[in-house]
Amino acid sequence: MFNSEQNHWFVRKVIFWRAAASVAWSVLLLPVTTALFAFLSRFSLFHPIQWISESFSLLYGSYVIFSLVLLCGVVLVVGVFNLEYYTVVPSVPCTKIALLGKVLHPQQSVHSLVHSMMGIMVTWCAATMIGGRYWILAAPCSEEEGVTGQKMCLNEYYLFFLLAGAFMGYSYSLLGVVRNMNYVSFQTIQQCKYLRFKGMLPQVVRYSAVQSLYSVRNYCLFYFFFGKDSDCLLLYTKHSSLHRLDTVSGLLDFRLLYHLWLSGTFLLLTWHITLLLFRIFITEAYSFPVQSSFSEDVSQCLPKVLSEKQPLILKFLALQDLFLLSQQSLSRRMEVFSLSQPGGHPHNWNAICKECLSLLSDLSQRLVEYQEVVASNGRARPLSSHSDQRSTSSETLGMSTLIISSLMSLQILSIDIGLKTPSSSPFSSSSVNRFVGNVDPSSPWYGSVQSPHVMRRGPKLWTASTGRLKFAHVKNFLARRVLIMYLFNKLPEASSQALFADSQAHIWALEGLSNLVAASYKEDRFGVVQTMLPSILSTMLLLQEAVDKHFKLPHASSKPVRSTCCLEDSTFKTLRFALRAALKTAMYRITVTFGEHLHSVQMSAEHRKRLQQFMEYKE
Amino acid sequence: MSGVSWELGMNSLSLFPPPGPDGNITLFESNNELVCGTSLGSRQKQGWEPPSLLFPRESLKPHSRPESSSKAAFLDHRDTLWMRSARAWRDSGLSGLLDEIANCTEEEVPRWLTVGCSWTLALLRWVSSFHGSLFPHLTLSSEDMVAEFSQVLDWSDCAVRAFAWHPHTDKFAVSLLDDSIRIYNSKSATAPTLKHRLQRNVAALQWKPLCASALAVACHNCLLVWHVDPTSLSTRPSSGCAQVLSHPGHCPVTSIAWSPNGSLLLSASPVDTAMMVWDVAGESCVPLQRVGGGGVTFLSWSPDGSRVLASTPSALFRVWETRTWTCERWPCLKGRCQTGCWSPDGTRLLFSVQGEMVIYALTFTDAPGEPHGWSGSSKAAAIVADLSETSFSTSQGQVRVGGQVQTMAWDPRGERLAVLLKGDPEAPDRPAMIAVFKTRISPIFELLPCGFVKGESGAEPRLLQFHPHFPNGALLTVCWSNGRISHVPFFFVSAGGSVLNPGGSPPWPLPQSRAVENGERLLYTEMSS
Repeated sequence: MFNSEQNHWFVRKVIFWRAAASVAWSVLLLPVTTALFAFLSRFSLFHPIQWISESFSLLYGSYVIFSLVLLCGVVLVVGVFNLEYYTVVPSVPCTKIALLGKVLHPQQSVHSLVHSMMGIMVTWCAATMIGGRYWILAAPCSEEEGVTGQKMCLNEYYLFFLLAGAFMGYSYSLLGVVRNMNYVSFQTIQQCKYLRFKGMLPQVVRYSAVQSLYSVRNYCLFYFFFGKDSDCLLLYTKHSSLHRLDTVSGLLDFRLLYHLWLSGTFLLLTWHITLLLFRIFITEAYSFPVQSSFSEDVSQCLPKVLSEKQPLILKFLALQDLFLLSQQSLSRRMEVFSLSQPGGHPHNWNAICKECLSLLSDLSQRLVEYQEVVASNGRARPLSSHSDQRSTSSETLGMSTLIISSLMSLQILSIDIGLKTPSSSPFSSSSVNRFVGNVDPSSPWYGSVQSPHVMRRGPKLWTASTGRLKFAHVKNFLARRVLIMYLFNKLPEASSQALFADSQAHIWALEGLSNLVAASYKEDRFGVVQTMLPSILSTMLLLQEAVDKHFKLPHASSKPVRSTCCLEDSTFKTLRFALRAALKTAMYRITVTFGEHLHSVQMSAEHRKRLQQFMEYKE
Repeated sequence: MSGVSWELGMNSLSLFPPPGPDGNITLFESNNELVCGTSLGSRQKQGWEPPSLLFPRESLKPHSRPESSSKAAFLDHRDTLWMRSARAWRDSGLSGLLDEIANCTEEEVPRWLTVGCSWTLALLRWVSSFHGSLFPHLTLSSEDMVAEFSQVLDWSDCAVRAFAWHPHTDKFAVSLLDDSIRIYNSKSATAPTLKHRLQRNVAALQWKPLCASALAVACHNCLLVWHVDPTSLSTRPSSGCAQVLSHPGHCPVTSIAWSPNGSLLLSASPVDTAMMVWDVAGESCVPLQRVGGGGVTFLSWSPDGSRVLASTPSALFRVWETRTWTCERWPCLKGRCQTGCWSPDGTRLLFSVQGEMVIYALTFTDAPGEPHGWSGSSKAAAIVADLSETSFSTSQGQVRVGGQVQTMAWDPRGERLAVLLKGDPEAPDRPAMIAVFKTRISPIFELLPCGFVKGESGAEPRLLQFHPHFPNGALLTVCWSNGRISHVPFFFVSAGGSVLNPGGSPPWPLPQSRAVENGERLLYTEMSS
């Protein structure tokens, strides 16, 4: 999957170049941050002239040049990891155990390991630049105690520094997964890249400094408790170092802490700048041609690109472009409304509209299915795969019941995971269908009738009831185990967040579609939009109904805690509110534009009633 | 960008018909002239009449909530120093902390610390006073600042502090002196009252476009977005219906502007050099920072959504284009830009500068959306009206009219321009006045005199706004100093068509030509300048 994605023309031609440009800019910024670091590391309040002259002479030193080369390598690797791990649809863990799974995932382990190693490299560079007592791993023992005068001792400052780098690299990677740092969100306004970077830079510097402070604190605690073990790991004899750092007095060395904090800030700053630049470059709007006269370019045109599922970034950029063109560009809108030259079919409009509508109806279907799962929470579970397993094995072993019941408690979670992992594309409802089974919405079995459907599969009524009894027992048993409950309890509103994790796409589809429909009132000369108006309206009204129902569920309308920082992007936490607002705006945009003319559009009585509410401004 | 140019114009007000006799109020405009009278008997009612409301100044008790003076009376002083310092830090930052420590007794902290703190505090104040001399408005208290930069004349003493029509339906919100907001709706008898703990010193109100329920409120130290369910019968929506949007250092908020497509909300504060672009649903904001000016006081989004006017407390304003959010700087000669309004098509900006009695116009020729983009503005602003003082002799004697502009409003069809002229509060014969111009946008921009709008005797206008979709012409809503809110309809047939004649229903333009201004002199046309 990964390979096919990488070979996509868009990834090759656009995404790679954007990532490369972002890395190039971070490399160009590296000398500036390095110089600042060198300058600040020599800081001394009482000898300002010596400080300045020393730092200038340091800047021309060969060590700094060598460190720069090394740091460029580090930035390059960070950039590659950014490119490999970024996602536009965040994965929201619904339980603690899912979060734990995310942290222990092999892919994440690689990430952590590499970042720890790069952390060591960066702090090695920092230690070299600071010089002095952080110069080298072994230092000659000043007091002769052994047989030979040349005995080398362990310079624990050095070890302390390198381990700090590994610690910070690891915590960067860990916090990255906990806070979804690899999630790339799109800006609400289109600013040029330089201004965006300039606006964000002070926040990034502050965030790095604060984060480094926390890391230093955590690291010192860590070192205080586990410092002795680190000695044992190395093959040095005990008590060979000059200064013991795993004591309170050893750690309360202000200069050491300052250098540690500064190096940590330097490390985080370079990485965060790389991340920031990557995000800015990757989310820049891309203008796709609406139509092309050359047949080889047709696959790169907007209608074709919109319908593609795979590189998600392509889909998102295409939808963003649709949103922008619908709002800002008259000439491109005219191309959308135009008819094909031989034949006179509105292919462009049809493709765009069809794709947007299928996105929206997928979302409404997903919401309806989620509501059913929640509604049937107290009764038998609707998931046929698990219930089959249960009805066959419930009478056998208590152990297996335990496993199954824990599976039960994870069912909703697993649906959510199925919905939002990027590998099972969230745009197709296939992942949902896989769990719930393909049920025709028009059939009488669709809806709440699924639980009797499950019941009929287990004809042995007696065993079923004992199974249920056992299940209750096991549940009680487990409830007493606090840790398990802690791990398996669903985080409130996380499932709601996960459900709307990719809703930026839906928001753009809604905005783009409604803007196009509103513009068609004046600009659509052939009436191509009118033919689709009934289905657009009914799709939006269905979605409106599903969204309204969703917000009546517990936790759905509670607001998440706002994160204070720019880099911890929590946009995905509020996407459901944004979607609700965008949906209403889209409906109003259409009703305001068309006004009374909407009465002549074909639709069901229920929808007409709902639409009337919008026309009277009562929503 | 080039500056605002000076150009000698004739006095525009001298061509106006004299204001009506004392005791009469302006009722409506019909057949190209303003009709004065004592009651509304002369006009038949058509459809919903917006209610004329009266909020007497005496019935509204302003909340006397000084920021810190009463606090000491209630706080327990036996708190530890640590607790008090933490609270001071949280409430008023570094200066509060230093102040708290400097005022400690000697048993609590060593003497050197109190002395050090008081010295640091003095240094801090000195530095901030230097900053204040660069931007004098920063020395104002935040309430004075709102009064200074508000569009309302004499904001601090006005019973009605802000007013907003809903953009699509017959509904309006009024903010009163007692910090409450009332909503009046044509379709329901209940008038909900909105109150919130943080809703203080309301400087501006605006309804979200393309939405029935969201109302943004610019408050003392935050922005509130109320979601008032139009179908609800509750008269006191809970404060849970309000979203609080705040950003450190961004208070007081004096101006807000929704984008015409309802997706973004802009807010401005005179102490913050950045204006905020809010994503209201996500409660996140993007600061748009530009150095210079010392803050942002007034925002106005063009009706087509392509540009935003942002004025600063200094003699400088900016015009942002909303595609990539870059701005043009416009330095003025005399003072800061006090107010501005856009023509309905977004191509023309009228604005006025403090210290000058003229209205300037800026023209933007091409839409920024198209490839070549953003170079379309003219190089200098042109004077379109000179509002210097003119005397009229009425039955009561001489009345002098003219002066600086407090606020302006252009009706959504672009046919009437209402200008609120600051009078002289010292001189009784020079009251604040509303002058109304007739305007034409296409094919060329023209300005013609229409008349003065008078209220009850002794009442001065404070605030004005046009109804966003009055079917028979334009409807001007005026808030008066005595707490009256009145509505003055202007009945006319629009040049652009698609206007009904009063009481009628044919939806298509009448074949009748536009009312002719025979014998009237044009004040301004584009040809002549």
